[in-house]
Amino acid sequence: MSRELFKFKGGIHPPGHKEESSTRPIHAAPLPKKLVIPLRQHIGNPAKPLVDVGERVLKGQMIAAASGAISAAVHASSSGIVTAISEQPVPHISGLPDLCITIETDGRDEWIPHAPLDYQKMAAADLRLHLRDMGLAGLGGAVFPSAVKLDPGTAQTCPTLILNGGECEPWITCDDVLMRTHADEILQGTAIMRHLLGSTEILVGIEDNKPEAIAAMQVAAAKMDFAVEVIAVPSCYPGGGAKQMIETLTGKQVPTGKLSTDIGIQVFNVGTAHALARAVHHGEPLISRLVTVTGHVLRPQNFEVLIGTPMHLLITLAGDREGMSGVLMGGPMMGMPMPDLDVPVVKATNCILVKSDALFPPLPRALPCIRCTRCADACPAELQPQELFRFAKAGDFGRAQEYHLFDCIECGCCSYVCPSHIPLVDFYRYAKSEIWAHEKDKQAADLARERHEFRQFRQERDKAEKAEKLAAKAQAKRAELTAAPATSGHAATSEADAKKALIAAALARAQAKKSESVPLNTDNLSPDTQHEIAEIEARRAKILELARQPLESEEKT
Amino acid sequence: MLTAILVIVGIAVVIGLALGWSAIRFKVEGNPLAEKIDAILPQTQCGQCGFPGCRPYAEAIAKGEADINQCPPGGEEGMKKLADLLGVEPKPLDESHGTPKPKSVAFIDEQICIGCTLCIQACPVDAIAGAAKQMHTIIAAECTGCELCLPPCPVDCITMVPVAEDLPHWKWKHPVIELKRVA
Repeated sequence: MSRELFKFKGGIHPPGHKEESSTRPIHAAPLPKKLVIPLRQHIGNPAKPLVDVGERVLKGQMIAAASGAISAAVHASSSGIVTAISEQPVPHISGLPDLCITIETDGRDEWIPHAPLDYQKMAAADLRLHLRDMGLAGLGGAVFPSAVKLDPGTAQTCPTLILNGGECEPWITCDDVLMRTHADEILQGTAIMRHLLGSTEILVGIEDNKPEAIAAMQVAAAKMDFAVEVIAVPSCYPGGGAKQMIETLTGKQVPTGKLSTDIGIQVFNVGTAHALARAVHHGEPLISRLVTVTGHVLRPQNFEVLIGTPMHLLITLAGDREGMSGVLMGGPMMGMPMPDLDVPVVKATNCILVKSDALFPPLPRALPCIRCTRCADACPAELQPQELFRFAKAGDFGRAQEYHLFDCIECGCCSYVCPSHIPLVDFYRYAKSEIWAHEKDKQAADLARERHEFRQFRQERDKAEKAEKLAAKAQAKRAELTAAPATSGHAATSEADAKKALIAAALARAQAKKSESVPLNTDNLSPDTQHEIAEIEARRAKILELARQPLESEEKT
Repeated sequence: MLTAILVIVGIAVVIGLALGWSAIRFKVEGNPLAEKIDAILPQTQCGQCGFPGCRPYAEAIAKGEADINQCPPGGEEGMKKLADLLGVEPKPLDESHGTPKPKSVAFIDEQICIGCTLCIQACPVDAIAGAAKQMHTIIAAECTGCELCLPPCPVDCITMVPVAEDLPHWKWKHPVIELKRVA
């Protein structure tokens, strides 16, 4: 089976360092005493907690539900008691804490009842919802919720499905080992993807530095009832990037600002396919994954790790050594330095790379950019990194965007080849996050403007409505009064008469009300009290008399 | 000679009519410059500039009645953008209108709040939920941090809480690279 392969532009050939960890068999990491499970393990909205502190949870129980369209559920990796729902350190370069659910495990590892799913009988939308509740997210490192990617959308079908077994980044071998040992399950997962996407062409791209994985996948592919093409692609970093894999296999480029599905291609990591098969054929949510622990450790190897296991435990398991100079989550090219080793393994943790000064000598001091454009030659996204660097450094983010900053996949090829050792990718990440922050500020400002304008409109409207109501009321009263005397024969038509009548009516009402009110304590009075009352009444009458006199005198004059 | 004059007059009349018609047909509603200025302003609606809201300030700038350095929430950056737009020299912020502060949102201490609704009436973006003699609370996502609710509160139960940096709002810092001395 030969297929014409294409070469994407740029790329580099760093030393592979794959043998260190790929030669040892997979070990299941022991159950830790405490699992810390972050609620934001995927791209999109964080999951919403479903459990309370003190509650007992079972292995595989959903402890936080997906919220919103782009989200995924989170599950308990083992049975135990929820001891906290709080902010804990998470594997993020900032070292900022995030909301996590802490489970004190009871060692029984008791599963919640679960059963396989007859996916072919289910409606596609229901199946996707189910996968979202199974917590599936891309295990290649981007952790995009898989259920969203498995929706072909308005196009109805996605003709080409690519399974990405590239694993181009040095040191990492978890996909390689997974393909060697679980090729059948990976392809079972692929069958489900094919079912959902309606794909007709299934391609598995594996870099040619993994001959055992290629052989295992070919054997498994021969057993499937649909055509699966297992293709060895030349090893070249970042050939395992989704866009690069698409170009290598099909010769097509994903246009700027578009998704691969727009050109009829969807790409999944092999680990995701395996997790999907476990979810559908065994009913097991995503609660564990393969993690390569390598670098400066005694026994570099792959572990089957429960999500939430602290990283330092794995490093101890692989044999920690003196002279550790830092730990990366991910590989040396795109990995993130971990600020703390207590952080848990999450769905995105494909590798824990322990650094030492011997393996990763600290970079020499950066020199000014000499505009040699070696970065442009190496850039697989066909960008001009030296220009992007200039704009990002100067804070000219508009220009950086004009130079397609957002096409940068942050692969690190430019930094790798830079003779001046400039940390170029850090500048692009900085520029991107500044642009996102601006975008957020702008949205907040637009919302505030809209709300302020609506408030002004509402105040005007309320004022107008109130005035209208008052006017209508006055009009009605006037009409009533002009109508009433007319019927009783009086000719009171003028405004002034109406007003007079209005006052007279109000006076009459007040008088009526006054006469209605009778003092309550007038029964059974002693003669003394009666006498007192009589005196008071006389005084009142006299005062009234006095008060009336000037009025009467006025009237007389 | 007469023909020439008539031709010129004729052309003038035709062009004049065309211009007059297009002036009516393509009339621009509102002031487009004020619109552009308003888009730069942070929409805090705080009134620190001395105008009742961002829009009136934008209109005043457009008319040349206000300076570009009267908006503390917009900060240095906002002022520079205004200077860019208007083609004037940037100038330092006028401190008499206040100084830039870190982004904050108001917080109502619900134990102290008496439910007087005065803050609700003061809020320019309707970001306070509550009713008379009912507890009030701030809708944090919609609060612009204008501080206009602070003075009317008779029991001083509103405080400004700076927005803490969390994961979704975390930003990459400008990389600091030590350059090697070559000379």
